[in-house]
Amino acid sequence: MPHKVISLISVGRHPQSGRSRRADQDSRAVELGLKLAGTDLDVVHAGSSQEPVLRQYAGMGLPKVTVLEQDESADALVSIADYLKSEKADIVLTGVRAESGESSGMTPYILSEQLGWPIVARVADIVEIKGDEAQVLLALPRGQRRQVTVKLPFIASIDNAAEAARQSAFGPGLRAKMDSQNGSTVEDSVRVDWSEAPAKARPKRLKIVKAKTAADRFKAATAKPQGGSGKVMKNESAQEQAQAIFDLLIEEKVIR
Amino acid sequence: MVIDWLPSVLIVVLLALGVIGALRRVSLWRAGQPEKVNLIAGLLAMPGRYLKDLHHVVERDKYMSRTHVATGGGFVLSMVLVLIVHVFNVEQQIVAWALIGALLIMLTGAFFVFKRRLNPPERLSKGPWMRLPKSLIIYSLTFIILTLPAAGILPDASGSVLMIAVLSVGIVIGLGELLFGMGWGGPMKHAFAGALHLAFHRRSERFGGGRSTGLKPVNLDGDVLGVSKPSDFKWNQLLGFDACVQCGKCQAMCPAFAAGQPLNPKKLIQDMVVGLAGGTDANYAGSPYPGKEVGNAKGGPNEIITAGLVSQETLWSCTTCRACVEECPMMIEHVDAIVDMRRFLTMEKGETPNKGSEVLENIIATDNPGGYAPGSRTNWAADQNLAVMKEKKEADVLFWVSDGAFDMRSQRILRAFVKLMKHANVDVAILGDEERDSGDVARRLGDDATFQSLAQRNLATLGQYKFKKIVTTDPHAYHCLRNEYADFDKEGALEGVEVLHHTTFLNQLVQSGALKLDAFKGGKVTYHDPCYLGRYNGEYEAPRELLRSLGIEIAEMERSGFRSRCCGGGGGAPITDIPGERRIADMRMEDASTTGAELVAVGCQQCTAMLEGVVEPRPVVKDISEILVDQLAEEVH
Repeated sequence: MPHKVISLISVGRHPQSGRSRRADQDSRAVELGLKLAGTDLDVVHAGSSQEPVLRQYAGMGLPKVTVLEQDESADALVSIADYLKSEKADIVLTGVRAESGESSGMTPYILSEQLGWPIVARVADIVEIKGDEAQVLLALPRGQRRQVTVKLPFIASIDNAAEAARQSAFGPGLRAKMDSQNGSTVEDSVRVDWSEAPAKARPKRLKIVKAKTAADRFKAATAKPQGGSGKVMKNESAQEQAQAIFDLLIEEKVIR
Repeated sequence: MVIDWLPSVLIVVLLALGVIGALRRVSLWRAGQPEKVNLIAGLLAMPGRYLKDLHHVVERDKYMSRTHVATGGGFVLSMVLVLIVHVFNVEQQIVAWALIGALLIMLTGAFFVFKRRLNPPERLSKGPWMRLPKSLIIYSLTFIILTLPAAGILPDASGSVLMIAVLSVGIVIGLGELLFGMGWGGPMKHAFAGALHLAFHRRSERFGGGRSTGLKPVNLDGDVLGVSKPSDFKWNQLLGFDACVQCGKCQAMCPAFAAGQPLNPKKLIQDMVVGLAGGTDANYAGSPYPGKEVGNAKGGPNEIITAGLVSQETLWSCTTCRACVEECPMMIEHVDAIVDMRRFLTMEKGETPNKGSEVLENIIATDNPGGYAPGSRTNWAADQNLAVMKEKKEADVLFWVSDGAFDMRSQRILRAFVKLMKHANVDVAILGDEERDSGDVARRLGDDATFQSLAQRNLATLGQYKFKKIVTTDPHAYHCLRNEYADFDKEGALEGVEVLHHTTFLNQLVQSGALKLDAFKGGKVTYHDPCYLGRYNGEYEAPRELLRSLGIEIAEMERSGFRSRCCGGGGGAPITDIPGERRIADMRMEDASTTGAELVAVGCQQCTAMLEGVVEPRPVVKDISEILVDQLAEEVH
């Protein structure tokens, strides 16, 4: 049975020009979706079907884009969660963080909470789907990967390490169908009161180069980070593992 | 005699078969898309176009032009007289003598065709073309003998059965080639298709000494953007492909072919012929695309070209330098066809190779190919004290800076030019951050949608201000502004505005005495003609005159002027970067080194970048404005 894959897309913002564009991570989510499901991929956007950027996504070879029509002030999460509940998806792909709007990176987490699905964050690739399990490669710093097995259905946020999006072709983008459905009308009450201002560059910590030789610098740039205090718990019982995580969270003052 | 009637019957039958074949050929062209052409005016203009424009190109090779005049002229004349003498049996000795005269002229021509085919240069196609001179000789000899009785040289009825049989074989071979072959795709097809191609040419402005180099816009509402199948070409483009004589002059001039990239303009046109007629390229008897074997290409009028007929790398190897078009005696438009097919690959398939897709995405998002912040476009001029149109609103000269603004090497050219203009007290302003990429690269990479969007937005900006001239240091932007924006200029933003390349403008300043220059004291100097300044816009003289005004005696390269070799930087070729055996820029630099020059004068930032990319030791590369600025005469107070 083919698996139902949904990619969520948003309107991106070019870092230099500030102009609307297909968001980098979202378009990688579409690319991965196309790899998994071909043109059966369902690409979903909450917003206006008149948005020209949707044509840029469609130019990647999508016959249609599902648009959950809603006002800019409405909460996209409500529309998307409702849609996902009704669609019986197996895999939902999103970017890690949107390039416009709140850009909090919370969308995949809140969705996973509402749907009760697992979330895999910063995915570089989905290698294989077998039965009701998927083998997923997570992107770690310095090009490292971790392979995990996840039960379907799940949500994956796509890292910049995933395969880059293919070129968008103007003609197919222009001709793609915008499949409009009613989205939510629930106003994002928190966001309404916000005002947007350009971000200020934060001061950067001066980097003190300790390396004396080129070989040292090379090592510093390529060596694995030496965590030191980390602990791998493989053989302990689930109870002990959970306790260790709990202790760490208290130690780090994440929970009190 | 029993079979006296045989020759005339054969003539009529072959003529009829030729006409049937010709009609079939016409139906192949009609599979193309409609394009408005004034048929009557075209047909009336055709003889003139043949005698003047086409002959002007052929004349570059005196041997061939004389040979062709004798052979072609002799044939046309003799064919008419053959019908009069041998079909309508007009029994006037003078007509028969005229026929013999025409045939003798043709025989002489055919002999020289034969002679050249004894040891043909590589660019010429072999195969059926090797047969052609023999067929021509057989035709003329046969009809000379056949006409002798009518001319009163031999007694009538002197032909025995054997004689007539032999002559009939000659008629079948000769006229078979000339009439039957003309209609059914033999080498003589070029005469029939070529004549009609001249009559219905898509760029009729080219005739009578004109120039038409701007690409034609894509209708963005069309079902298919660009050309996917041969039948997506305009009908007269298909006709143009059929006119090819396979002389290979294009191949000899093509920089991509010389660099061993998989492009041969002649083979490309022949592949288009295979496409429009259906079949394979197994019968092609010329040079292949470098590195690709002949015989594997298959196509048909309704089959996707890049799926088996022509490979994508072939289309992306072209630098759009127009050397092939300039050289083609049949005035075929290779570059139009290549860009048409690229448009399909980019706008329908999204398959622009290598950096193409990144560059296009940058242009779409930031209006420059590098993806730089649009707000940093004028950073280069921070110390130039240049007026910006937004504040000034009106100036004599609008300086179109182009994307060289983002490149540090090109900025040296820009600064030199600004200094020269200030020296001459030119009332100049720039658009500053309001300027956008001209769209040249996007268009050559096949993204006409982005080009059209840029053109429209640039024109809207230009329309807000008043100026008499636009001057630019970038021949590519110059070409777009001068030749390609008019299709989109609904509001007349460029109406009455003179678009000039900076060398033309500087030359005006120097000639009028506004710029005083000292004599140049360096070593030997050669000049490289940028394709988009020379072949695209016909400006060969101003840069040379400028150099001469410095007292420089230009050491011309063997390929200069309209035959200048491309630097390899046009048509997005450095972006798509199709591998070859050599680099085009290296070959061009070798041309320059051969003259013994120490300095290559250039008029284009792209050429500068390409030629400076050649490893040293090599001559120094400088834009003409950089050379001039060093020679500015100090004013004595």
